[in-house]
Amino acid sequence: MSTVPALGELTFRRTPDAELVIEISGDWRLHEALPDLAPVEAELVGAAPPRAVVVDAGGLGEWDSSVLVFLSSISALAGERGVPVDRRALPVGIQRLLELAEAVPEKEGARQAEAEASLLERIGTRTISAQESFVEMLHFLGDATLTFGKMLRRAARFRRSDLLMLMQQVGAEAVGIVTLISFLVGLILAFIGAAQLQQFGAAIYVADLVGIGMVRDVAALMTAIVMAGRTGAAYAAELGSMKVTQEIDALTTMGISPLEFLVLPRIVALVLMMPLLTLYADLVGVLGGAFVGVTMLDLSISAYMQETASAVSVLDLVGGMFKGTVYGALIAVAGCLRGMQSGTSSSAVGVATTSAVVTAIVWIISACGAFAVLFYALGI
Amino acid sequence: MTERRPDSDTHITVRDLTMAYGDFVLMRDLNFEVKRGEIFIIMGGSGCGKSTLLRHMIGLIEPAKGEIFYEDENFTLADAARKEEMLRRFGILYQSGALWSSMTLAENVSLPLGEFTGLNEKERREVASLKLALVGLKGFEDYYPYQISGGMQKRAGLARAMALDPEVLFFDEPSAGLDPISSKLLDDLIKELADSLGSTVVVVTHELASIFAIGQNSVFLDVETRSMAASGPPKELRDQSDNPTVRRFLLRGGNGAPGEAL
Repeated sequence: MSTVPALGELTFRRTPDAELVIEISGDWRLHEALPDLAPVEAELVGAAPPRAVVVDAGGLGEWDSSVLVFLSSISALAGERGVPVDRRALPVGIQRLLELAEAVPEKEGARQAEAEASLLERIGTRTISAQESFVEMLHFLGDATLTFGKMLRRAARFRRSDLLMLMQQVGAEAVGIVTLISFLVGLILAFIGAAQLQQFGAAIYVADLVGIGMVRDVAALMTAIVMAGRTGAAYAAELGSMKVTQEIDALTTMGISPLEFLVLPRIVALVLMMPLLTLYADLVGVLGGAFVGVTMLDLSISAYMQETASAVSVLDLVGGMFKGTVYGALIAVAGCLRGMQSGTSSSAVGVATTSAVVTAIVWIISACGAFAVLFYALGI
Repeated sequence: MTERRPDSDTHITVRDLTMAYGDFVLMRDLNFEVKRGEIFIIMGGSGCGKSTLLRHMIGLIEPAKGEIFYEDENFTLADAARKEEMLRRFGILYQSGALWSSMTLAENVSLPLGEFTGLNEKERREVASLKLALVGLKGFEDYYPYQISGGMQKRAGLARAMALDPEVLFFDEPSAGLDPISSKLLDDLIKELADSLGSTVVVVTHELASIFAIGQNSVFLDVETRSMAASGPPKELRDQSDNPTVRRFLLRGGNGAPGEAL
């Protein structure tokens, strides 16, 4: 062909016996825009509706699904008005594909009504699902507590080797990140304090600020947040994918409770490791403060340490570790809960993981607030 | 509700079972019996609820209505402790194998042995090796599931399912994702084990080749009517069923006219 035919052309013609002939010609390609259906519709509903529609593809060049989409739209339009469509003049390939597309009629009720829920309805649905999720959480907590009791009676079934492995994963392997974060947080606290205290020539009290701050609250809190992102997420992802691969079903049907076998060791591992990590974070945080004290405030390391030791009491230390332990339990429960609640698709595992971290952090901050009030009231 | 079944040869009885997700009824009024020692096929088109039926039979889903009996005992109404005991007599091969990914094959097989038998570690290891050898995985004891192929994972899953010498073996789509040869080998293995161990075997599948190769009895779930369309030996159903859907399924879409047998 010497001249390149225009892309996707469309012309109409009427035969004497009131048939509408639609001639399609040129190259029809999906990456061009699809032709406008409006003129066809205008012809169909116009002053003189045709008796039948004939599609003529004499001048059709190359074609792909765009032709099929266009023709099946025409068929649908004509079908609505009871006008027969004659497709015999089309290439065999197009005819076959159209027949294939029309071979299975639309299944009744398969199309999902995409009704926009009203605000009230959405509030209602959310409330119900929030309530259900709360009840589910209570169930889980109850079951976990019973399982814990079973462990104390040495009746719980789990592998000791799993517990040791988990303790290594959540304890020893977290030391690096906890070191980094605590050191930096100690450093930041020292800077904040230094800016104020230097004005009064009381730079040495930076040691008190960092020491008390880290040991009583910040070390446990920062460690908990790191562990929520690190271990809480890992727990949820691990248990969620075990649900997807039916590994949890396999345990259940074997008569082994996944709560005992999977959840219990995870909670125990984190509860045992968190106070140790908190203690370690206390130390590193104080070192971070000392770094600022020695390099910027010209304090001697021994004076700094002596000031810290006199400021921080054993009760502060124990209180901080206790908080860390509670945070650890919260993180582990949130992670395992969301993992066990996970659906059985890969996106559901993602949702479970996200939700585990969010839940854990919300719980940790709430607990931190509650501790602040409680410790104040108790005068600790 | 718990009256005795008539036939003492019957191993599993499903009575008036209706399966539903919330308000959505998947299948209603399923009634069938599985005889002791036979290979029983649950078949039907994709999405008709075959695997869901299996999950009901092993207690992972509570029926919306109806009951499941093992021998004389009502499994559906049994309390949790009793259910757990009954479950111990089942072996289940899940669709994806569902091996515990953090354990080696030997550990996978010996975990149930450790939980429910008095065997010491060395004996457990020996039993695990034997079970793995039975499914052709001798020497793979210390491999992790991700280190072996899909077909081998299925077979290892079978070894684990057989760990406690179960009375009933359930298979969920055993040939899914396997090439024809592995699938045939697995079928042979199922048949061989069922014959020699005397276990009752329930298989969920839509693979015609498997159905005819191993199936001694079957039930057909019809997705259109949301109920069971037929039950009986698969070959008989193919040749004699008066239900066109069943015949079409078993003839791979043929209309069941004379002379169109496979």
